[in-house]
Amino acid sequence: MTKREKILLKAAIVFALLFAIAPTVNAMHIMEGYLPAAYCVAWGIVCLPFLVAGFISLKNKIKTNRRNLTLIAMSGAFIFVISSLKIPSVTGSCSHMTGTGLGAILFGPAAVSVLGIIVLIFQAVLLAHGGLTTLGANTFSMAVAGPLVAFGIYKLCGKLNVNRRVSVFLAAFLGDIFTYCVTSVQLALAYPSEVGGTAASAVKFLGVFAPTQLPLAVIEGILTVVIVIGLETYAVPELRNIGFLKGKEAE
Amino acid sequence: MSKNTKTVIVLLVIAVLIAAIPLFALKDAEFGGSDDAGSVMIEEIEGEYTPWFTPVLETALGGELPGEVESLIFCIQTGIGVGIIAFFMGRFTERRKWQKATGLENADDRKGKQ
Repeated sequence: MTKREKILLKAAIVFALLFAIAPTVNAMHIMEGYLPAAYCVAWGIVCLPFLVAGFISLKNKIKTNRRNLTLIAMSGAFIFVISSLKIPSVTGSCSHMTGTGLGAILFGPAAVSVLGIIVLIFQAVLLAHGGLTTLGANTFSMAVAGPLVAFGIYKLCGKLNVNRRVSVFLAAFLGDIFTYCVTSVQLALAYPSEVGGTAASAVKFLGVFAPTQLPLAVIEGILTVVIVIGLETYAVPELRNIGFLKGKEAE
Repeated sequence: MSKNTKTVIVLLVIAVLIAAIPLFALKDAEFGGSDDAGSVMIEEIEGEYTPWFTPVLETALGGELPGEVESLIFCIQTGIGVGIIAFFMGRFTERRKWQKATGLENADDRKGKQ
């Protein structure tokens, strides 16, 4: 990180803290116009430091080795594919997955926030899915909170010597679930119920999202494992460059 | 068939089953979006709720995006993603074949590392 980038990152963090209004809890796609303006701005500001950090981290990764671009592009493309697939679920409604797990495992959570916001903007502008006013909140849940959990779980599994495929599955699965939990909390913060307040409201929203999302999260976990197997087989040099595979691990 | 190929096939079959079973099991369900279920829930809590901002595209079109066009754009999104992944995967696969064939297996990409 150069000095200027460091200053930029620090400034963004301070800015976010000043405005954070301490949204105590962290909180998928919230529809356009469904979140009060203050919340839209607040979530947007909370995302800023992650986006700045992500931008810097991506820039450095490309600078260290231009070939890293291939895997970055693939992680972004993975989010594009996975988040466009609307899949029927046990509750009788459809939902889609996030696809951010792969990027989080390969490049860390900050980098994914940049990849995620690209997809969210695409969907908000062209598909009226999600929204520009709710972009901040959606970025936070899908491109910041979910990947953070995925990354954390993957690292934790690494420490505990869990089989790599199992840990990839768990990371993507829990990251997806967590994204929807965060969305529920975001909606609940903005719409506390009359009886029971935010908590009761959060339970209600979770009741809508969680059962639908559970099977989809399993699918997301599976697909992420499949693409990781593919990369492990054919893209060993690239994975080594980004430190995902260490020396001998490769075959 | 290698062990990996088997694992991948089994995993993909499971994924397809998870997605397909609800469709057959719940014949009466509408399969609307769960994002919409969210707005229904908001109305339940708040009473009537009018979104204060309409999507830019809907304002420009003066109405909702037609369903067919929406699926078109979703397809484009999938297409872009699959295209990129397939392109690079194709290159990786060919590279490995070529490395094996010429015995240059370890002449890997460290040069790029500097």
